[in-house]
Parts: sequence; C-alpha cells; structure tokens
Amino acid sequence: MDIIVCVKHVPETAEADIRIASSERDIEKTGLVYDINEWDDYAVEEAVRIKEKLGGTVTVITVGPEEADSTLRKCLARGADNAIRITDPKLEGSDGYVIAKVLSRVIKDIPHDLILTGAQAGDDGYAMVGPVLAELLGIPHASLVKKIEFKDGIARVNRELEGGIEEIVEVKLPAVLTIQTGINEPRYVSIMGIRKAMKKEIKVLGLADIGLSENEVGEAGSWIKIEKMYIPPVEKQAEIIKGSPDEVAAKLAEIIKSRGLV
Amino acid sequence: MREIFVLAEHRRGELRDITFEMLTKGRELAQKTNSELTAVILGKNIKEYAKTLAEHAKRVLVVEDEKLEHFNSDAYQKVLSHLIRERKPLLTMIGHTSYGIDLAPSLAVELNLPLATDCIDLEFEDDSLIITRQMYGGKVNVRARMQKAESYIVTIRQAAFSAEKEQVGGEIVEVPSPLSEEIAEKKFIDYVLPPPGAVDITAADVIVAIGRGIKDQSNIPVAEELAKTLGGVLACSRPVVDKGWLPSDRQVGTSGKTVKPKLYIALGISGAFQHVLGMKNSDLIIAVNKDPNAPIFNVADYGIVDDLFKVVPVLTEKLKELKGGKA
Repeated sequence: MDIIVCVKHVPETAEADIRIASSERDIEKTGLVYDINEWDDYAVEEAVRIKEKLGGTVTVITVGPEEADSTLRKCLARGADNAIRITDPKLEGSDGYVIAKVLSRVIKDIPHDLILTGAQAGDDGYAMVGPVLAELLGIPHASLVKKIEFKDGIARVNRELEGGIEEIVEVKLPAVLTIQTGINEPRYVSIMGIRKAMKKEIKVLGLADIGLSENEVGEAGSWIKIEKMYIPPVEKQAEIIKGSPDEVAAKLAEIIKSRGLV
Repeated sequence: MREIFVLAEHRRGELRDITFEMLTKGRELAQKTNSELTAVILGKNIKEYAKTLAEHAKRVLVVEDEKLEHFNSDAYQKVLSHLIRERKPLLTMIGHTSYGIDLAPSLAVELNLPLATDCIDLEFEDDSLIITRQMYGGKVNVRARMQKAESYIVTIRQAAFSAEKEQVGGEIVEVPSPLSEEIAEKKFIDYVLPPPGAVDITAADVIVAIGRGIKDQSNIPVAEELAKTLGGVLACSRPVVDKGWLPSDRQVGTSGKTVKPKLYIALGISGAFQHVLGMKNSDLIIAVNKDPNAPIFNVADYGIVDDLFKVVPVLTEKLKELKGGKA
C-alpha cells in the first residue's frame, strides 16, 4: 500500500507564553519551539504501521519554509521513505483551503492508495485540509479516524463522534483519512535515527513546479483573511491563591472544608 | 428574500444541542440582514424533529430518504449542494462537530463557496461576512474577513451560543430527495458505544482530574492519593487517554463525559474548550497549573499558579490532618 501523509511544522504553544505580534495578525513566533503537529504525528505512525504490515511506501509532504525539514526528518526517522516540501514566499497568509490546493497539485502526480492527514493542526485548528484535499482529488474521505482496517479495496474505519461514541464507516480506496489523536502510540524516535535520516533527500518544490499562480495562493486565494488577532477577553477569572506550596495548600484545604467536602 | 440555513444535527433519536444554538444565532443574523431563518433537516422518519424545528425557524426544509437514515457526509453533501444551488442562501450554518467537520469542507469545495470552520461569532458588514474563531489551542482570538461571495458556509463551535427558545410557528416544507442511488464510495456500518466503565465519574461528588501536566504515568499516584483522601474519583483530559495512561471512561470533555460534581480539581489541565464544556458546571472548581495564562483559570473559582507536584502532596497531607481531626 502506497501511503501519502501530509504533515505540518507548528509552534508548540500549549505551555508557552503567547504574545501578539506587532502586525496584530499573528502571534510573536520568536522563541517558540517548533515540532510536528500532534495529530500528524499519529498519522505518520499509523502510515508506518500499515506499511510494516502490508508493505508499500510512505511519502510525507509538507508546505513550509526550510525549518520544516526537521519535521520531515523526524518522519523519515520513524520509517517514511520519501519526503517532499513545497515552499514559496507567496504562500504566506494561506488558509487551509490553499494548503489543500497546493497539496492536491503535488499528490495528483504521485501514485497512492491512501492519504492520511492529522484531523486538525494545533496552530490554526481549521480541521479542513483532509476533506478539502479529498474533494479536490475527487476521492472519498473520512475524518476523525480512531481505527483503520482494510479489506478488498475498502478502508473500514472508526470515526470518533461526541460523548465517547464512535461510528464505523467504510470508504473506497484511494481515500483521505484524517487521523485523531490516540489512534496509536507514536514510537520514540532516537537522535541516532534522526541523524541517519539527515542523509535522505528532501525534494523541494516551488509554486512554478506545481502550476499554481500567485493569485491562487496566499491571502488572495484563501477563503478567509485574518484581520486582527487578540488575546481573548476574560469573562471570569479565578481568584488566584498566592504563597508557598504550604500556604496555598492550607488555604485550599480550608476552602474545601468550608464547603463540607472533607 | 434571502435565507439563512441552519443544518439540524441529530443522532440516535435526538436533535443535538448545537442545532438550537445555531438557530438562536441564525435568528439574530436573519433579523440584522433582513433575511429568513430556515432550518434544514435530512433523515428518515423525521416528522417530529421538523415540528420541533418549526418552533424555532421561519421555515423547515425536510428531506426524507431511507438513504439518509444515518449521517453520511457524501449523501448529505449531495442533498445540501442541491438545496444551496436552488435556494442560494446568504449563509449556511453547520455544527463544528464530528458530522460538520466531515461534511462542510468538501461541500464548500464542490460549490466553490468560502468556508470558515469552528467559528465562535459571526457578523455581516454590508455583504461581507466577518467571523471570529480561535487559534493556538484557544490562546488567541482571530477576527477574519471571508472572501466575498454570493453565499457563505460556516461551521459553529459547540456552546459558542446559548440556545434560546422563541415561538416562531414556521412552515414545514417537504423537499423531494435528490438522491437517486445509494452512495457507493462511503457507507455507514454501525455505531460503537463505549463499554460500561468500572467507575462512573458522572456520579462522583468529587473529581480530581489530571492533564498533560502530570507528565508521566508514574506520577498518577500523586493525584490518585488526593482523590482517595477526598473520597473522590480520578478523571482526566484528552492527552492522558491518548497516551494510554487512563482508560477512555475517565475522560472529561466533548469526546468524553460531561460531569457536574460538587468539587472539581483540575491538575495540569490547560483548559481547552473541549475539556471545559465537560466540567464548567461543577459547583466548585479549583485549578493548579504552572501557566498563569492557561484558559482553565477563566473557568475555575480558585487558581494556583504553581507546579502541581509541589502543591498536591502538601494539600493531600493537610486534608488528611483535617479528616484525622474530625475523627
């Protein structure tokens, strides 16, 4: 089975102190640590597991600047065979629709049985690239996938619904599946493994190579254009208890006791 | 008169809350844009739903078809693209749910209409649609302008709007299904219900919940001891289940359980909206997190900005002393 996995190099913001950039249209990226998008990490692991079971190849593709190579190398170290990066300054400001458009131009010329993406990206959270890509390629898709099995040209998948419920859906291959976190346990990639992957070639493509013009990408080609980014207004703020661990613990214990909970 | 479409969402015999949340926002937008609110419902045996929806919308478009018995994004896409082409609504609102995420992007591509996902607010400025959504895990809000178009599609975050009831007495319009044959590329097979868990966290008076900040499975006893001391149960946010550290029946949030204990202690949980939706109605919420900007502090009553491993063991000891004193 030949599998293509679309990945994204994103800043880790879960525990970082976020500031709005002076443009007020993005966050200040200086000092942030970048890594593979969490959902994509599971997608790559799933692709490599399928390859190990059924044979075939895994090709990883990203859209981004040179720094994104570190994410591609991580994927190669995990077991991907080929890596492609599409880059162009004119892609700045692209939304999920444009990214899917760019990916579709590259993927249509690569033989594939299956395409995996993360269910969403941790930075923009659009959750649209996979299904848009499927529609542009004219193939079916299933999103929020937690389990995959194959039989006779069909992928039988579990989709995560709300409240702990899943649904089983069958899609004809080739198809796009967007992967939900928790589908597997991504394997540990050693520094040695990444070093080895440094020797592998990363194919780099520009806009001209994929036949897209300037006005089809970036903000011009996007469905949405960011006008202003700001820290969400606070509707309610917890009363912050300050002091040494001993002091705050004593105060908390008092609060819990006053509510008759101990 | 232009219409605003709201796609009703239903599953296993229930209209889902997001439907009414969207109808409330849709009604406000319809008033402001001088258009009409139209609920759209697809399915099999949905007459009762249509009646309920008619209490909230000016019009209900009902498409009944055996092939629409269960949600199937391909089947829904065929029906909705037909309806949108025919009636050219100003806006189509779809839930940012497991269904809407599967449906809206490919629908937008097929119709060549702009889509904004996971919106928490919408407004029209002349003919342009301005949306508000979040990025970076809810740490920032974004105001964005959609590419100018005849018709727009958006998906709406769950609980972004409150559902308010208004007696409208709308008309019910049955629309013949445009589906001529079964969808061959994608088939619904069955639901998988969660296995009954050993512990029912929804029944607990006290919940101690852990998140990414617990760092390693070997640290879980720190939280477990606190839960035990309070006679409560241990629960968690999504990353803990994803890593396999706790079973999925302990997960609080949109994809897990909704809880309302007397006391909810969140340890190392950042407070992504998916988690918050599952616990915000708890009587008393205490959060411990190292990040002073963690959104969990916007839902908690009391917050401690510190390392949970420094605070929790001391708290457990103090509580044990209090219990000892009582005995």
